[in-house]
Amino acid sequence: MTFEIPDFIPVIPELFLLGMGCFILVADLFIPQARRDITYGLAQFSLLGALLLTLWLAAPEVRITMSGTFVADPMSDLLKSVVLLISAVVFLYARPYLMSRDLYQGEFYVLGLFGVLGMMVMISANSLLTLYLGLELLSLCLYAMVAFNRDSTQAAESAMKYFVLGSIASGVLLYGMSMLYGITGTLDIAGVTAGILTASGEFNMALVFALAFVVVALAFKLGAVPFHMWLPDVYHGAPTPVTLFIGTAPKIAALAIIMRLLVDGLGPLHADWQGMLLILAVLSLAVGNVVAIAQTNIKRMFAYSTISHVGFVLLAVMAGTTEGNAAALFYVIAYALMAAGGFGMVLYLSRQGFEADNIQDFRGLNERSPWFAFIMLLLMASMAGLPPTLGFYAKLAVLQAVVQVDFVWIAVFAVLMSVIGAFYYLRIIKFMYFDKPEDRTELSRGMDFNVVLSVNGLLMLGLGIFPGILMSLTAAVR
Amino acid sequence: MIPLSHYLILGAILFALSVTGIFLNRKNLILLLMCIELMLLAVNMNFVAFSHYLGDLSGQIFVFFILTVAAAEAAIGLAILVLVFRNRQTINVQDLDEMKG
Repeated sequence: MTFEIPDFIPVIPELFLLGMGCFILVADLFIPQARRDITYGLAQFSLLGALLLTLWLAAPEVRITMSGTFVADPMSDLLKSVVLLISAVVFLYARPYLMSRDLYQGEFYVLGLFGVLGMMVMISANSLLTLYLGLELLSLCLYAMVAFNRDSTQAAESAMKYFVLGSIASGVLLYGMSMLYGITGTLDIAGVTAGILTASGEFNMALVFALAFVVVALAFKLGAVPFHMWLPDVYHGAPTPVTLFIGTAPKIAALAIIMRLLVDGLGPLHADWQGMLLILAVLSLAVGNVVAIAQTNIKRMFAYSTISHVGFVLLAVMAGTTEGNAAALFYVIAYALMAAGGFGMVLYLSRQGFEADNIQDFRGLNERSPWFAFIMLLLMASMAGLPPTLGFYAKLAVLQAVVQVDFVWIAVFAVLMSVIGAFYYLRIIKFMYFDKPEDRTELSRGMDFNVVLSVNGLLMLGLGIFPGILMSLTAAVR
Repeated sequence: MIPLSHYLILGAILFALSVTGIFLNRKNLILLLMCIELMLLAVNMNFVAFSHYLGDLSGQIFVFFILTVAAAEAAIGLAILVLVFRNRQTINVQDLDEMKG
């Protein structure tokens, strides 16, 4: 019996993050509360270090290692870099909020880092086993983070809901995986594809059965209607920094597993899953945009807006073409940037003893802070999809891909729904510019927060004027 | 020799039981956690059966991982349960209705 030593080089970013996560877990025990900044600095160092390692090791060819369970390819390099970058931004935005609420604990960063590790494993999964383990590593960290504020009844309630529904989704995904394993006899994703090609005909019924389970589980994780029940409650109940974390990077990871499992692995069944995704997308667009209008809590509003954006992503995946996949990646990256900025603004307005989670709290922001009102304007315009912002090009790319496969009516429906959706984004702009502020408390944040939030908002405009930068990146990896 | 279909039917029944349990149970959160465990065990049954009949070990390895993750999941689930109980002195599912909209 020979034991082959796997090629560790493509896995270095993950190993680094794992090592740093464990190190911070222990080191944090010896850091007094007053010096918690050290933990924060270490967490940022690990994220940026992993980012640099990912960029340094990026290569145009596909590298499969760890007995075929792990793959590093241009898509994983791009998505991992974005996930690491956005997580670093999330940690930065979260800091003032955590400090002012007695939540500035090392556990937040350790759980966050392990969650990021889970996302990286999901993005690089090349077998059903790694895919499941990455997903669970992320989910378990997120459950704990939602319950992070121990004294909040709302947080505990939403953590319980998230936990139960997330576990059901994992169970359903596993059931689908077990059927796939039974039909194809392998856990390797490429092997599953090959197995489907030889088995179809004989086991067609069983394959569609397994497929339905997989699609339902992925819809649960993404938050597509009718599997979206958990999303508004979790966004609402979780502490805002955690909502920010859940609402950004994990969406990218969820799209990555859709790419790996559905688009690549179950590609031969495209005709079967196209219809399922179409229904999910249409329902998400309709419910997300219409229900968001009725929300008064901005976190709930963002939750429903997430649902509608998920509808767009699913539309792009549904097309099943290279353009569609590139559009889905482009959209999800654009969405993660917009959501990071949007929640960043909510954190900007929050202070000790005051949660700016009501839409009314944006009233008269222009008088209190004209610059950040402008940043919020850019973010909202981008979410609504107004040119010349990033959101416009993201929607345009998706619609192009949908029209290319002759679903013209669906594209028209998506446009109509985004027009309805524009209402609640524009309402915030109206509040900021045309209403008088009720609360005139001085708004001040650290230099780093202001700079990063400004860059985040200006990116909406910058990448909107030069969409080719991001578009060529996503087109190159699909 | 017991045919594969028997195992699959048993797995499907266990899975269906756990899903019905989750949706019918309106009283107790602990029952909910037990249903989730049952769901994972139903999947394990499928994996072991397939693994045996395919003569391929990777399915059984997957089962080990599922068992481990299920233990971690139960730990987090119970921790959240304790939190819910400490905050509201009840673990009734119907009482989890503070957020609406």
